[in-house]
Amino acid sequence: MKTNDVLFEIGLEEVPARFIDDAEAQLAKKTQQWFHDARISYQSITSFSTPRRLAVLVTNVEEMQETIEEEVKGPSLKIAKDDNGNWTKAAIGFTSGQGQTVDDIYTKEIKGTPYVFVKKHIEGKKTIDLLPSFKEVIENLHFDNNMRWGSDAIRYVRPIRWLVALYGAEVIPFEIAHVQTSNRTRGHRFLGENIVLTEPRAYEKKLAEQYVIVHPKKREQLILEGIRKLEADKNIHIPIDNNLLNEVRNLVEYPTVFLGSFAEQYLELPKEVLVTSMREHQRYFPVEGGDHVLLPYFAGVRNGDDFALETVVKGNEKVLHARLSDAKFFFEEDQKQTIDSYQEKLTKVVFQEKLGTIHDKVQRVKSITETIAKWLQLNDKMTDQVSRAAEICKFDLVTNMVNEFTELQGVMGEKYALICGEDEEIAQAIKEHYLPKHADDDLPQSIFGSIVSIADKLDTIVGCISVGLMPSGSQDPYGLRRQAIGILRILKQRKWDISVDHLLTSAIELYQSSTVDMIDEKEIRADLNEFFTDRALYLLKKLNIEHDVAQAVLKNGIGIVPYTLDKAEILSEKRQDKTFKPVQEALVRVLNLAQKASETDVDPALFATPSEEQLYEALLSATDDYEIAHNSRQAEQALKAIETLTNPIHQFFEHNMVMADDHNIRTNRLSLLKHIADLIGDYADLSTIEWKQHFDH
Amino acid sequence: MNIQEMILTLQQYWSEENCIIMHAYDVEKGAGTMSPMTLLRSLGPEPWNVAYVEPSRRPDDGRYGKNPNRLYQHHQFQVIMKPSPDHIQDLYLGSLKRLGINPLEHDIRFVEDNWENPTLGASGLGWEVWLDGMEITQFTYFQQIGGLEANPVSVELTYGIERLASYIQDKDNVFDLEWTDGVMYRDIFGQPEYEHSRYTFDVSNADMLFKLFTMYEKEAKAALEHGLIFPAYDYVLKCSHTFNLLDARGVISVTERTGYISRVRNMAREIAKAYVNERERLGFPMLNEEEK
Repeated sequence: MKTNDVLFEIGLEEVPARFIDDAEAQLAKKTQQWFHDARISYQSITSFSTPRRLAVLVTNVEEMQETIEEEVKGPSLKIAKDDNGNWTKAAIGFTSGQGQTVDDIYTKEIKGTPYVFVKKHIEGKKTIDLLPSFKEVIENLHFDNNMRWGSDAIRYVRPIRWLVALYGAEVIPFEIAHVQTSNRTRGHRFLGENIVLTEPRAYEKKLAEQYVIVHPKKREQLILEGIRKLEADKNIHIPIDNNLLNEVRNLVEYPTVFLGSFAEQYLELPKEVLVTSMREHQRYFPVEGGDHVLLPYFAGVRNGDDFALETVVKGNEKVLHARLSDAKFFFEEDQKQTIDSYQEKLTKVVFQEKLGTIHDKVQRVKSITETIAKWLQLNDKMTDQVSRAAEICKFDLVTNMVNEFTELQGVMGEKYALICGEDEEIAQAIKEHYLPKHADDDLPQSIFGSIVSIADKLDTIVGCISVGLMPSGSQDPYGLRRQAIGILRILKQRKWDISVDHLLTSAIELYQSSTVDMIDEKEIRADLNEFFTDRALYLLKKLNIEHDVAQAVLKNGIGIVPYTLDKAEILSEKRQDKTFKPVQEALVRVLNLAQKASETDVDPALFATPSEEQLYEALLSATDDYEIAHNSRQAEQALKAIETLTNPIHQFFEHNMVMADDHNIRTNRLSLLKHIADLIGDYADLSTIEWKQHFDH
Repeated sequence: MNIQEMILTLQQYWSEENCIIMHAYDVEKGAGTMSPMTLLRSLGPEPWNVAYVEPSRRPDDGRYGKNPNRLYQHHQFQVIMKPSPDHIQDLYLGSLKRLGINPLEHDIRFVEDNWENPTLGASGLGWEVWLDGMEITQFTYFQQIGGLEANPVSVELTYGIERLASYIQDKDNVFDLEWTDGVMYRDIFGQPEYEHSRYTFDVSNADMLFKLFTMYEKEAKAALEHGLIFPAYDYVLKCSHTFNLLDARGVISVTERTGYISRVRNMAREIAKAYVNERERLGFPMLNEEEK
């Protein structure tokens, strides 16, 4: 059959760089889906993207949609025929609904019941007649932030300004937001011209002639080549930050790399300030010499060719100069004030409207920090230090530098604290208490940083949830989820024997003794438990723990994070371990029966058989061993203690009728099982685990 | 090109594009957006194309005339087109060419920047326009104004006059800019910058300003009760500027701050609603017959 190539291009006003990769991926995926659903065969799909266009090329598209015979199921024969063997209204309705008659009916049995069927012949249509509905794919691309423009009702990432839709050389007609499809595309905004496309396959080449590199990877390659050339020519090193590279390639259609410089005097500024000014604010790559020392240069990427490049370089240098001169001024001014004077200013800065000022927050963080220090039995000196770190952990927020370069919070705190003569450990904790900043970010390296980080995050979470600011759906403006995961990760990494419940209680109590207007305490606790349990489930999932095991170990709350995680890992192994099968069967049987028991003591005088007595003895000794293991957080030992009950349990069931006729004996046996079940339940809820030992591994 | 020529050029250019050339609005304000020529006129279905220079006061940015970039009062060249034309980016780039900026010799970019002014219940999506790495214009499609959905959508172009001039004239210090032949920015604004900073930070009478805020607020509400939208809005602008003066003086506590902002916002919302209703009552006079 004859085939044609198909091209769609959505021409847009500059799409934010952060949306482009995802949009291109969506376009490719949805194109594939559309052709699949439309039953149109093709050879390959290639997608393209720049800030001004999203495009997709589909090669060798069949001229006709596939013709198919479809079997359509109707009502059961019982309903389709009346007592006289005539077709009923239901049958007639069914067939005419499918464009057929009762003569086309045949029957087939499904699970022993005969049903009526018809075979529907669906004739393939012409591809060109179907293609206009590809419009839906374009309309249904999803962006996190949409807008309206002009008088159009459509919401899209940025205004649509042209549409190319080609089937071979033929235009596929449709219209979106009063833009009509055509074969005309636009070249680079300044270097290129508007051109007519006659051949979908030539898209990439034709646009390259108009100074548009439609392949993001090729633009990236060009940028990297430009950087390598600068490195070789100038004997410098330009480290590649992949996030920056990715952003920059999506800010330009035709990249040209250039090298700019700044006055050497600015090298006195902290490296972070220089890097932030260049990378975050201006999207430049910082330049290094040997030993990673910054040099007074930067590499930028222009959206255009090298014509009058020196003007572009000069302009960019001027902008960077203004920024760095501001930064230098701030750096010098900030050092003229004391930490105390900054602390005083925090009384005037709101943390959250309902939760008071940053100063109020810091007081609470300090108090939680001291509680944690006590639990960790830090010595007096360390306690004083970490308390000081908490007290001044936010002072840099009111410095000029952080006011201007917010991303340097903590970093400047460390620098200024050192300049003001604070201990190194304290300064480091100021910087580290913001970590981890996202789910995969580094954790604080120091003990102090870890403690203050937990205290700060805990205060924010408990505070927000106490005034009803629970995150919902995609709405988490204070980043509470991220912070809760941060707390759990730190506790895990530090292997700290601190229960999450105790942490929550300490924070709640602080708020209760403040003037903050809280919602009902029961509700707060329930919300917090649910919130933290969800985060723990997330964390366990990331550690490749199955959901059922995760739920089993979280049944009694999160407890001591490293201990709970150890339990999860052990149970995860046991879940698949054949040799654990008899243990699990014994324990689960106990759990099932114990549900019938009431809360009573076991009376050894009522034991009727030796196996009963042996199980009781085994329980007493297992309980002792369990306590020892549990108190020293030995998850494996604790489970081993429980495992020792396996044989006695099997023996017990073999030789005793639990539901004995004698009421007292029956109650006593159930109580014994209940005590065992309580011991197991203290470890984890084994009844929720879906044991997989029957699979061979 | 001196600043005066820049302004004349932009006025000429946008006049050719059928914008009404207005003049600065005579009530103090923090940005060109706050002029009723933008804030009120971008509401409702009536078409509206306007351009004007707006001196914008930001008391907190005052630096006694000593900082090369920061000013108590700077100038914005503001363009509003409703509904936003399809070729608005080209129109904008055309204005840069008219100012002598040849795109082939520069790197002009549209970098994502979404704008929000909670005090006015206003927000929009768009970009900051970079010229060789420097932000020279804020380019925004209004999505919400005074808490109301913008429909049709207005596009707002805000050129930072001093920024653009410092690039065109290649000056590092705003006070070294040439306003017109032989007259420097310093000659015109040096003294007021110093005096306004002194007044704002050291001299202003906070008690009086607090009283004024309350009086202006009361008057805005009274005017609105009589259905007098433009007078009411003038008093809201006065409230806003008075609040900025108090804030810069450091006499508004944190808890009070949110309260003041929401008082201004609530009035702005009321006025926005009243404006649309009043235009409707008047039969949207600027709509042509076909659009009605």
